[in-house]
Amino acid sequence: MIEILTGSSLNTIQDFGRPHAMAMGVAQGGAMDRLALSHGNLLLDNPIDAAGIEIVFFPFRVHFHAETSFAVTGAACPATLDDLKLPRDWAITAKPGQTLTLRAPEQGARAYLTLRGGLDVPPVLGARSTDLKGGFGGLEGRALQKSDRLSCLAASTLRMPATGYGLTRPCPLPPANGTRIRVLPAAEHDVFTPESLKTFHATAWTLTPSANRMGYRLEGQDALKLSRPLSLFSHGILPGTVQVPPAGQPIIQMMDANTCGGYPKIATVIAPDLRLLSQTVVGAPVHFETITRDDAVQIIRQEAADLKRLAADIATLRTQLVF
Amino acid sequence: MTRIHMAGAGGLLLDAADGPFSDTTQRRIWATSRELNTRPDVLQTIPGVNNLLVTFDAVQTDPSAMEKLLRTIWTQASADEVPSREIVVPVVYGGEFGEDLALVARFANLTEEETINAHMAGRYSVAAIGAMAGFVYLTGLDARLAIPRRDSPRLRVEEGAVVIGGGHAGMMPCTSPSGWHILGRTDLCLFDAFRPEPGLLRLGDTVRFVRAS
Repeated sequence: MIEILTGSSLNTIQDFGRPHAMAMGVAQGGAMDRLALSHGNLLLDNPIDAAGIEIVFFPFRVHFHAETSFAVTGAACPATLDDLKLPRDWAITAKPGQTLTLRAPEQGARAYLTLRGGLDVPPVLGARSTDLKGGFGGLEGRALQKSDRLSCLAASTLRMPATGYGLTRPCPLPPANGTRIRVLPAAEHDVFTPESLKTFHATAWTLTPSANRMGYRLEGQDALKLSRPLSLFSHGILPGTVQVPPAGQPIIQMMDANTCGGYPKIATVIAPDLRLLSQTVVGAPVHFETITRDDAVQIIRQEAADLKRLAADIATLRTQLVF
Repeated sequence: MTRIHMAGAGGLLLDAADGPFSDTTQRRIWATSRELNTRPDVLQTIPGVNNLLVTFDAVQTDPSAMEKLLRTIWTQASADEVPSREIVVPVVYGGEFGEDLALVARFANLTEEETINAHMAGRYSVAAIGAMAGFVYLTGLDARLAIPRRDSPRLRVEEGAVVIGGGHAGMMPCTSPSGWHILGRTDLCLFDAFRPEPGLLRLGDTVRFVRAS
């Protein structure tokens, strides 16, 4: 049993979301940085998609009422278990009465707290993710508040060294000088003027404060323009879609995006880079680079293979750890 | 004329729109969607208005093979009749629940009463479901009421709002931002994640609006 000590309207329970409910109009949802959630779950020998807490509002504090193994992954935020400083992407077992504190990230934007067994909240439409817009999933369909108590699905501890253990190569975070986002051309790409396509690639776009789980609005000096007016019927859109509304400033659809939209689409961010965008802080520059679909498939397959290898390595390591 | 676009590495958007909305094309979209949903390598299909989004796992499935499959199924799809139910939606029109009624009436060059009658006279069809959970895009709106969406969306439109925009009719299943115009309010529950069938309406259903008693 854990107890949340700090409230916010933004910290939510997330797993891998509801990729099979989009036909009902339900957002795909799920962790914005799925790799970070995966790392946390692998360290705890959980199913890779077990539900954890996505933390974007700091400081975040949680109290352990029972002995509980947990991991903190994602953003590089100073983490302390009582007075013990925890390295990045680290798992450890808390004793009853201890408190975990996560302070504002030094790099990245969102951290994940995973717990041994995964959080025990009822699955809704196939997932435990919180859908804030729909008001379901997670804990009562809302963000976590002070005094919320949560328990885990399985045994709450895992055998590990007393000081914990972690990854030597934590999930990559975007460097302070800018996030490079690889994209594929989307449906209306060719309808944008040649100058606008140049601008799209040459601009250091700024991430505006209008950035949440539904979408990230970017701002650049020059607006993107179509070469002819378009009136599109509503169509399905996926997280990663870069829409360009009439004002000409791009909006990138994120995990809780509407499932349908009507604005022209210039590009789609490849999945491995969408997590990097989710770790980008407001005000930071964002650069787009168009790649081919073959390259995108290769990158996605490489990431899947790397994650598989990491899972195997952690499993092997766990058999060799001396307790 | 039908175009297939990339929607990332694991998505394809088939766009069959050719001028105004086509009911025949929409039936082929649904048929294509149903057929694709029987294929194990298709994650999901999201029918839009004369278009269809297909998603798959690009780690397992080659996108060009999926594109070929989509084109083949689309080419062979026929505009089948789908089982359709008629759903009657009671609406309180105008006043505090329909703040755009006067604006829409002016746009259509009708009185408010004529505008309400035009909205009630339509036999609407659920063409697509999406944007938010349980939101339906209804085709069959009287052409005189085809007012464009607001230039800037309202940040908050209440659950139950009966709306029109961009030539379609709809109803708000939850409180959310929207650029559509509000004619009235219904108290039908359009979506409940905890019902065995969460959405009230299915693709192809017929919708009729009546004045709430």
